[in-house]
Amino acid sequence: MNLIKGVNRQKLFKELPLHLMLIPPVILVLIFSYGPMLGIVIAFQDFVPANGWFNSPWIGLDNFTYVLEFPDVKQILWNTFLIAILKIAAGIVCPILLALSLNEIKKTLFKRGFQTIVYLPHFMSWVLLAGILIDILSPSGGIINNILKSLNMQPIYFLGEGTWFRAVLIVSNVWKEVGFDTIVYLAAILSIDRTQYESAVLDGAGYARQLWHITLPGIRGIIVLLMLLNIGSILNAGFDQIFNLYSPQVYESADILDTFVYRIGMEEMQYGVATAVGLFKSIVSFVLITFSYYLAYKVVNYRIF
Amino acid sequence: MVENATFGRKLFIVVNYSFLIALACACLFPIVHIAALSMSSQSAASAGLVTIWPKDFTWMSYRYILENSAFFTSFGVTLERVLIGGTMSMCMTLLAAYPLSKDSRKFKGRSVYAWFFMFTTIFGGGLIPTFMVVKSAGLMDSIWALVLPTAVPVFNILLMLNFFRQIPEELEEAAFIDGAGHLRTLWNVYLPVSIPSLATNGLLILIMHWNSWFDGMIYMNDVDNYPLQTYIQSIIVSSDLTNLKPDDLEELSAISDKTVKAAQIFVSMVPIMAIYPFLQKYFIGGMLLGSVKG
Repeated sequence: MNLIKGVNRQKLFKELPLHLMLIPPVILVLIFSYGPMLGIVIAFQDFVPANGWFNSPWIGLDNFTYVLEFPDVKQILWNTFLIAILKIAAGIVCPILLALSLNEIKKTLFKRGFQTIVYLPHFMSWVLLAGILIDILSPSGGIINNILKSLNMQPIYFLGEGTWFRAVLIVSNVWKEVGFDTIVYLAAILSIDRTQYESAVLDGAGYARQLWHITLPGIRGIIVLLMLLNIGSILNAGFDQIFNLYSPQVYESADILDTFVYRIGMEEMQYGVATAVGLFKSIVSFVLITFSYYLAYKVVNYRIF
Repeated sequence: MVENATFGRKLFIVVNYSFLIALACACLFPIVHIAALSMSSQSAASAGLVTIWPKDFTWMSYRYILENSAFFTSFGVTLERVLIGGTMSMCMTLLAAYPLSKDSRKFKGRSVYAWFFMFTTIFGGGLIPTFMVVKSAGLMDSIWALVLPTAVPVFNILLMLNFFRQIPEELEEAAFIDGAGHLRTLWNVYLPVSIPSLATNGLLILIMHWNSWFDGMIYMNDVDNYPLQTYIQSIIVSSDLTNLKPDDLEELSAISDKTVKAAQIFVSMVPIMAIYPFLQKYFIGGMLLGSVKG
């Protein structure tokens, strides 16, 4: 023991190897994450790939003013915002309800089995789920419309009609994520001090009162935190899901910033314009995320790392 | 408690169980339905007679996939990507998470590095500039276009480093006193006690690579280089709604009728379901230990 005491601990800890270890990930991030940030200059250029970043003519904010003159741009912004907000709201309320409901189940085997099943869709890609949804919701021979027909109702073109399409987006997103999103609430409920419930029972509190006065206040912190952290997702309406489900018929109610950027950039090759729209989204998201982290730090003392 | 449960409580329990069972069925139904569809005859499928059990049972669609070389080519690309990409991402996660888990009093540069990585999660260049970087790096139509840009998964680094931080400092000090360097300490001291977090992050990375489709779509010009999900996307999703041209119609109806599509979707789901039990075993513990800090 004396030997250990004699050793200067600080000397044993060498910093240089740590720097060396970080070299490979830092280089990759520099190229593939910071490189594109430099590429943002395209947004201010009349970018021609053959000329590259250095020789394309600078046109100031022309790309931005050009986009603002697009007739659909307001609608696209509104769609993005609306779909994202509805998803965030449903994505907070549904998992909480499910966690509370699951918390009332005392049979461990049932609970585990249930969790195993409802987490599953979270790990499937939207490509596969969209393939399934397109089949199930098809107006000709899809199983949902077959049921409607057998009830003597008109078939509904879920993916071809704007309002229905949005509903499909929200519901299928809840379906995919609700199970997985309960994990954090279930953990919060489990961390509530059990003795609180025992004394509540002694005081004659029923299940409803326990829920209202112990469980809900017990998870209030985590609810507030997740609400705050979601502020940053207000422009993330879910590219993967929408891109794999939508069609020109529903552009009016389902075209979002990300799908718009993809179409004008990758399909119409208007690189400068697409980069400008992407930059707009990145900046707004950046401000919102920073703001939400700041709030989360102030309100519930949350730190990212 | 059960013996003195009131009528209202009993009713609640019944309703609650029914609700949860219905929800579980809703989560399982699409997967079961697609499996049933893939094993049904074409006529039964297009007539909409299939629900959760195959009608006129047949392996036809699977036989068709077996003969379809495009499906296998893309399956191979995905395997390659999962193998190379998974190994790389895992190495990068460890290489970044270990130094970043050190206290900033000991490792002076820590917060600079931490912000360097974190910043990429809150700001990015966007689609077109990223595409241009990959293109000008000469990675188009190469497996590295799918592997390198995703090689440093910051979210997994965060989970991993928060796990590392809970390992008692005494373990590390003992290793140093025994003459081990950082790499040896990471390998011989940290990794053996981090199995839950390693498993969680490894599986999440595997799933990320298995499920990615967008990079395959924009970086691969040649269909032979498509990973599985991109291939599925191109034949099932796009062809169905957006890219439908009259000339393609006949060919499409031959290669992508309902049952064959269903079979391809189902086969793509099987690997996820196969590793799912392992994920279940580790990920809740691994995720929570990583994300909730004391």
